[in-house]
Amino acid sequence: MAILSKDEAQQILKKVIGFSKADGIEANLNGNDGGNIRYARNSVSTSGEDSNVNLGVQSYFGKKSGTATINEFDDASLEKVVKRSEELSQLAPENPEFMEPLSQQAYQDSKTFFDSTANITPDYRAQAAANSINPAAAKDVTAAGYLTDNRGFSALMNSKGLFAYGKSTSVDFTVTMRTNDGTGSGWVTRSFNDVSKLDTAEASKVAIDKALQSRNAKAIEPGKYTVILEPAAAGDLIGLMFFGMNARQADEGRSFMSKKGGGTKLGEKIVDERVNIYTDPWNEEVPAFGFTGNGLARKKMDIIKGGVVSNLFYDRYWASQKNVEPVPFPGNRIMDGGTASLEDMIKDTKKGVLVTRFWYIRPVDPQTLLYTGLTRDSTFFIENGKIKHPVKNFRFNESPIIMLNNLETLGKQVRVGNGEGGGAPSLIPYMKIRDFTFTSLSDAV
Amino acid sequence: MKRRDFIYLTGMGATAAMIPGIPVIGRPIDPEQLLEGVDPAVKKQMSDVALNAARSKGASYTDVRIGRYLNQFVVTREDKVQNIVNTESYGMGIRVIANGGWGFSATDKLDNDSIAKAAELAVAIAKENSRLLTEPVQLAPQKGYGEVSWKAPIEKNAFEVPIKEKVDLLLGVNAAAMKSGADYINSLLFLVNEQKYFASTDGSYIDQDIHRIWPAFFITTIDKASGKFETRNSLSAPIGMGYEYLYARPQDKIQGITTLYKGRYDMLEDAKAGGAQTGEKLKAKSVEAGKYDLILDPSHLWLTIHESVGHPSELDRVLGYEANFAGTSFLTLDKWQSKKFNFGSKIVNIVADKTQVGSLGAVGYDDEGVKCGQWDIIKEGTLVNYQAIRDQAHILGLPASQGCCYADNWSSVQFQRMPNVSLQPGKEKKSVDDMIKGVEKGIYIVGDGSFSIDQQRYNFQFGGQLFYEIKNGKIVGMLRDVAYQSNTQEFWNSCVGIADESDYRLGGSFFDGKGQPSQSSAVSHGSSTARFNGVNVINTARKIG
Repeated sequence: MAILSKDEAQQILKKVIGFSKADGIEANLNGNDGGNIRYARNSVSTSGEDSNVNLGVQSYFGKKSGTATINEFDDASLEKVVKRSEELSQLAPENPEFMEPLSQQAYQDSKTFFDSTANITPDYRAQAAANSINPAAAKDVTAAGYLTDNRGFSALMNSKGLFAYGKSTSVDFTVTMRTNDGTGSGWVTRSFNDVSKLDTAEASKVAIDKALQSRNAKAIEPGKYTVILEPAAAGDLIGLMFFGMNARQADEGRSFMSKKGGGTKLGEKIVDERVNIYTDPWNEEVPAFGFTGNGLARKKMDIIKGGVVSNLFYDRYWASQKNVEPVPFPGNRIMDGGTASLEDMIKDTKKGVLVTRFWYIRPVDPQTLLYTGLTRDSTFFIENGKIKHPVKNFRFNESPIIMLNNLETLGKQVRVGNGEGGGAPSLIPYMKIRDFTFTSLSDAV
Repeated sequence: MKRRDFIYLTGMGATAAMIPGIPVIGRPIDPEQLLEGVDPAVKKQMSDVALNAARSKGASYTDVRIGRYLNQFVVTREDKVQNIVNTESYGMGIRVIANGGWGFSATDKLDNDSIAKAAELAVAIAKENSRLLTEPVQLAPQKGYGEVSWKAPIEKNAFEVPIKEKVDLLLGVNAAAMKSGADYINSLLFLVNEQKYFASTDGSYIDQDIHRIWPAFFITTIDKASGKFETRNSLSAPIGMGYEYLYARPQDKIQGITTLYKGRYDMLEDAKAGGAQTGEKLKAKSVEAGKYDLILDPSHLWLTIHESVGHPSELDRVLGYEANFAGTSFLTLDKWQSKKFNFGSKIVNIVADKTQVGSLGAVGYDDEGVKCGQWDIIKEGTLVNYQAIRDQAHILGLPASQGCCYADNWSSVQFQRMPNVSLQPGKEKKSVDDMIKGVEKGIYIVGDGSFSIDQQRYNFQFGGQLFYEIKNGKIVGMLRDVAYQSNTQEFWNSCVGIADESDYRLGGSFFDGKGQPSQSSAVSHGSSTARFNGVNVINTARKIG
């Protein structure tokens, strides 16, 4: 039941719209089948599957709207949920920012669904975990990991004739490998729509090697360092920057995108001119739906081009106030990379720090987009073009804007998944940054 | 509910208005339905279906949780109501042991057939998982309590209060803040009612009714000339009370440089103060980095306790079960076994307590049917205990679980979660003023702000809402750009003074996250105002052009 075809979804939604007696109605039909396996201490701790289909209906009278949901789909249930949403809308106060639903939009399909992932079985998950646990145990290393896979669909219809449908699959894998003497820790993340690209043995080997290489880290003084950030680390800070690029907050004067004396930094150069960040739902590595949950069509769009802010995100209400087209929050994030390999980047570094990932990143000052957080699971000191030794973890206090101004070199792109920078799949390059601010040391391994 | 779902529902996030979709935390319902309950006799009957079905398939132990989780959100900004949402999530989770391994299954279809099928699936999963086990589950013994119930001792069910009264309160709060200088304000009321029923093959049938409330606001004020802005969040706490939390009385207020609230909260007064204080913050002196003696208010210190004491003493982290996500802990078993690990100074006594009236973690019984109690974690500065559940008690040589098991929904599997963990007040009579008097060069911090700590809980950094400079025993003005960094053991050893019991207050969070898939839990942390000497303060001001 969980994955309805386009025709099945359309059939249900047409009935829903037909039951409406309100000024207008919008209905979202979503379904997911998911599975996961979690392991720790070299043993599986939990595994499970879940499945759900949910219909959400929003009816409105004037600027009063009400929402109701249901997970049964016979005619009587559909009529009931529509009636309930109409009753709730009558109880609601007027929302002056309410926007009527959109009329039909043109959408371009995106290849987000892969049978390989849709067909994952409990056996596959158990084998994926075994491929991670067994090589760890053989090297006196303890594995703790999590694999989660999902197949789902999303459909939307409203009383103005709009219909949108998409289906997608995803698989996310992370594993932390810790040496049994407690002095080394490595980590790896993998994220794909197509599970045939995932090899948990290969990924686990990267984390095991890091765990072994990071044993007995030495303390070096905190301060400003040249850093090479692996894509998972850089991607977190880039993702957090996206969340700060809301046009309304900028216009209201309470964002790092606000300008002294009023206005925003839209159209201004804010970072190094080699920085190009954009969204493209049809990118094969990080595909996303061609529509948003309220039916806006997504498009390929620059966010930062040549270091200049090309777009801020406008919801429909704020766009109507500012007489601009709405700009939906992107479904994916892509930052152009360069040609340098990680080895090249290390070779060209006189003195620096190689960072695997960041952890517990929290905002410190929204005005400068300053964040704090720590390095975790393998941090290395680079000297005269070579990795010299592992170093103890650092706390940083840094802004992605300062970071992207201090860009030295861009390396190749890698897809990163659900990190601390939010859920959208991202294609992020390795990057070398000068003067990255580490403010203290941590004893954590 | 996940923090992100909350941000969506409330529209609080910078981009929340653009995140599509319908809330997934439960089905929206009519406000009247929030006052309905389910007869315990019906729940007992449904539980027995599950217990019998699991037993007949070979389970050696089964527990059943029937949960009805109700939420209400009223969300406003300035003079507008943005969102009013009532949600309900209702269903059953069944956990079993078969062949020595755990299995779990959940269903929202509560007819006998669906319940029996879910129970059978849980047994099948347990048998499958047991093939990959390295050690069978060892469950601490637990006696059955028969048919019992527990209700949070609230005075006024917040769900009974008409929406209009809540909207009027929040719009009044917003107007008060704007009048005293705020440019923008978001405010909300977040209500929770967990109606939980637990049954197990140990012979317990436990019916519980839990209430929580969180009133909050977020103010921004902009200095048009410089383009700078400052924010100030409410000094309220999410708390395990009914609507009476918002009926403030003079005796619940602690007067000082800013008014503080004990057990009851005056939201209107706080908003008025907040509007003025954002203006003061804009003009405040930027802190000079260096060592300061810190006087930390309970509205701030709760979060430091949560991160640096609550988390590292979670036994599942110590054992490595959370290594891939939340992390492990520096409080390793050998430190506990030594009986002399110096966690803090001699005046530091930290207690775990699941019974504290008005706290977020208070219940009669945990989510595996263990009667709740209290115990020491840090005694006179020394690590003496952890937080454990039934399948961990044997590791600590405990005869029974400490009752720390919790699941955030009927559909989530229960696991070890933090009880209320609180710093005990000082024994000598000492007020906040007395605490400030003795400080030569210090900062008085009120309210929680930015927070970050490493995965083993050594190194942390905290911000706050209000920072007051102390010179020679007196507050001389406001500071900004303040954050302090320390190491957990060093920090708690620098604790040289704690105000007395009359200053003891609770702070807390609705959103303590742990586990994969991630679950949220609500937890309180109490303390009196405390002093920490020679803490490293950094200046967080930067320029981005």
